[in-house]
Amino acid sequence: MESNNITINGNTLTFEPGQTILQVAQKNDIDIPTLCHLKNTIPTTTCKICVVEIAGRTELIEACATAAADGMIILTQSLKVTKERRKNISRLLASGNHNCAIRGFDSQDWTSFQLGVLKDDGKEDLCPVWGDCELQDLAYRYQVKTLGLPLNGCKYETERANPFIIRDFSRCILCGRCVKACREIQVNNAIEFSNKGADAKIITKNDAALKDSDCVFCGECVQVCPVGALISDKSYRDKRFKDTQKIRTTCSYCGVGCQMDIFVQDNKIVKIDGADVDLPPNNASLCVKGRFGYEFVASSERLTQPLIKKEGKQVPVSWKEALDYTAQKLSEIKKNTGPDSIGVLTSARVTNEDNYIANKFARAVLKTNNIDHCARL
Amino acid sequence: MTNTIADIEDSDMILITGSNTTENHPVLSSFAKRAVLKGKKLYLIDPRKVKISEHAEKWLRPFPGTDIAWINGMMHIIIKEGLENKEFIENRTENFEALKETVEKYTPEYVGKITGINAQDLHEVARAFAKAPAATILYCMGITQHTCGTDNVKSLANLSMLCGQLGKPGGGVNPLRGQNNVQGACDMGGLPNVFTAYRPVNNDDARIGFEKAWNVEGMSAAPGLPVTEMVQKAYEGELKSLYVIGENPLVSDPDLNHARKALANLEFLVIQDIFETETTKIADVVFPAFCFAEKDGTFTNSERRVQRVRKAVQAPEEAKEDWEILCEIATRMGYRMSYSGSNEIFKEISALTPSYKGITWERIEKKGIHWPCPDETHAGTPILHTAQFTRGLGFFHAIDHTPPAELPDENYPYILTTGRILYHYHTGTMTMKTDGLNILSPECFVEISAADAKQLGLDSGSMVKVSSRRGKIEAKLKVSSKAVDGTIFIPFHFAKAAANELTNAKLDPTAKIPEFKVCAIKIEPVTA
Repeated sequence: MESNNITINGNTLTFEPGQTILQVAQKNDIDIPTLCHLKNTIPTTTCKICVVEIAGRTELIEACATAAADGMIILTQSLKVTKERRKNISRLLASGNHNCAIRGFDSQDWTSFQLGVLKDDGKEDLCPVWGDCELQDLAYRYQVKTLGLPLNGCKYETERANPFIIRDFSRCILCGRCVKACREIQVNNAIEFSNKGADAKIITKNDAALKDSDCVFCGECVQVCPVGALISDKSYRDKRFKDTQKIRTTCSYCGVGCQMDIFVQDNKIVKIDGADVDLPPNNASLCVKGRFGYEFVASSERLTQPLIKKEGKQVPVSWKEALDYTAQKLSEIKKNTGPDSIGVLTSARVTNEDNYIANKFARAVLKTNNIDHCARL
Repeated sequence: MTNTIADIEDSDMILITGSNTTENHPVLSSFAKRAVLKGKKLYLIDPRKVKISEHAEKWLRPFPGTDIAWINGMMHIIIKEGLENKEFIENRTENFEALKETVEKYTPEYVGKITGINAQDLHEVARAFAKAPAATILYCMGITQHTCGTDNVKSLANLSMLCGQLGKPGGGVNPLRGQNNVQGACDMGGLPNVFTAYRPVNNDDARIGFEKAWNVEGMSAAPGLPVTEMVQKAYEGELKSLYVIGENPLVSDPDLNHARKALANLEFLVIQDIFETETTKIADVVFPAFCFAEKDGTFTNSERRVQRVRKAVQAPEEAKEDWEILCEIATRMGYRMSYSGSNEIFKEISALTPSYKGITWERIEKKGIHWPCPDETHAGTPILHTAQFTRGLGFFHAIDHTPPAELPDENYPYILTTGRILYHYHTGTMTMKTDGLNILSPECFVEISAADAKQLGLDSGSMVKVSSRRGKIEAKLKVSSKAVDGTIFIPFHFAKAAANELTNAKLDPTAKIPEFKVCAIKIEPVTA
């Protein structure tokens, strides 16, 4: 009888034919770190962090791109694996401008090191995703210092020529997740890899700025970027270290009903991400409106007081006055010209609970069936 | 939608019509685009060459307002070639003979004359649809916003039933809901003729049931007015008062000139909203309400999935929840309405709504559930009509093509069609508060084909006056490869150049939906 079993770190696990070692591990809560893997896309194998050791093979292999085969005996944390991961993390740290605190410095002069960092950075703050960076996390976890590594500058300038996405090529590790997100998840086909080796870069068609490209600013690339190469222009800019609450809810734009996580600081939305990759209906994707179109919530133009038109002009009044007046007017009209001289437009924008109450209000209180909403418009 | 959004990715053939999917349902469009990546076939039948066409096997271009003709034409071909699903027709449907008789005259040549679609293309799509193991139809307002909107929808249902593409994974007839909770508003009885779960108000059992549950007497058995007729009755002086929740009819209604007069004629206009809008400006009372990020509750998405909405931030101090405002007024009018919170309201909904009966907030804490969900052990219903249709057998409606209410002529030589764009939403009250969206899409535009622009002697950026028999606006011309000669597209978001000044308020007789997708206009240069 055919069996589908592999052993990872001494645990025998079954797999479905076609599953990769990484998928089997993830399904069984065995952690194999990776910086380039993106669920539901074809592996790029650019980061080489997910390497594991297979009994009987001298070469380490990439767990993200290797199918599980019956009888495989796999080690995910052997000395050999750890050494290789450290080497690869080190390579990625050296590939660009990763001036976070885990970086060592090769002279004994801290000041000149800092000046060097600032010069390469071209700005005075540290990396904007400090503390929220998968590369930094791994460097810390594997205790990789970059002592002796040169500080690499970047020949490509940071792009800020659009309202939503900052592209800082100096921090890009060319993992390719953004390309996968753009081409295989959202299928907007706006970005791709260009060149090889030292000149490699993620580009749009003709290397135009995002705003002049096929980019539709869905921001999926920002969401999957493991480092600080793609960041939202708004998020976490000033108050990164403040308490942040994360609330899961449903998007309020079109009828797809995307599940999203709203990040709140000081009662203000600072960021919105797609929810879990396994959660329908959107599997963590969002569009430009859902991800970035939240400024209306905290807009200074929000209505904040009830208004009543008096002598042709709307004036602010108390809730009591507005409610009393409305109830009195509606009662009058209902009595004088009948319930069907009143109509209610409920809303496709408000909750089921709001709509139900509007339906009850029209039929049970006003006693009319004149209730509708803008489904047709 | 009869099927789920995830299902689209598993369809073998995706037929998109009357939907600018990538702009109006971007995340859903990805499911269709990924299906294409996997080798599945997508066909677009639409008056505009919208962006999803780049992923399509073929784009077929019908003249606006000729959908019944091409759908009948597809069915004609399918029946002629014996590709219909005989077993499905036999077991699951009735009135097939009448349909067959009606579509008999819709030969590819006849259809070509009405629609402009060539016979070979029509054959290709018809065969692909009929032969696909699972074929889905995705449609949107391009199908419904016509004087024959209801018949358009029935025709698509005919096509799907004819090929047995309903009631199975990857198939179905799938209207894409344009607003976050259109589905829920309909489910909750936000319609003139039905209570929650679509039980008719003139059904005595339903009405008496609600009278008992709500402890009232004398509820009306007469179906009420749909929005479009309320506006007309206000115009005529019969409707005295309108209570509006979170809508902006003075940008979204057809023929705004008429709508403004109608609303101005009201004795008492009340509005609950989160912003000042064109409509709140003329209201007698305005109540400040909560927005979605400040509410606890539920929305029901396009695939009938009931999902949680959670409070993320505190609302402005003086605002109140929409339901709370209504309760306060009801109580003052002598009918006490009081709830401790939205969850208590949802429990009442579940108790009184068969399709929501098994849904609780606890059950949808992590993941939403598709209605119908008749009890708390039921997992929900991702796919409708798997064993039978709501009425039992699926009924084939034999339908003939009818032309739009207003067609181009010498004075108004272009067809106008309206819709949305990626960066804005409806009347823009929300999206236009985000600077970045305004930067990406700052103003209204008049989308025109290169040939039409050339004939006018104008180019992108030229200011033009667009007028119809009902009104006029000024906006910049935008030459686009999406446009086809003779058809102009204008987004309706922008109050400053509101496309609905131009649109025709002629209604579909059943759904009372206005014909936003076809009216006649002329274009003139604006001299500075």
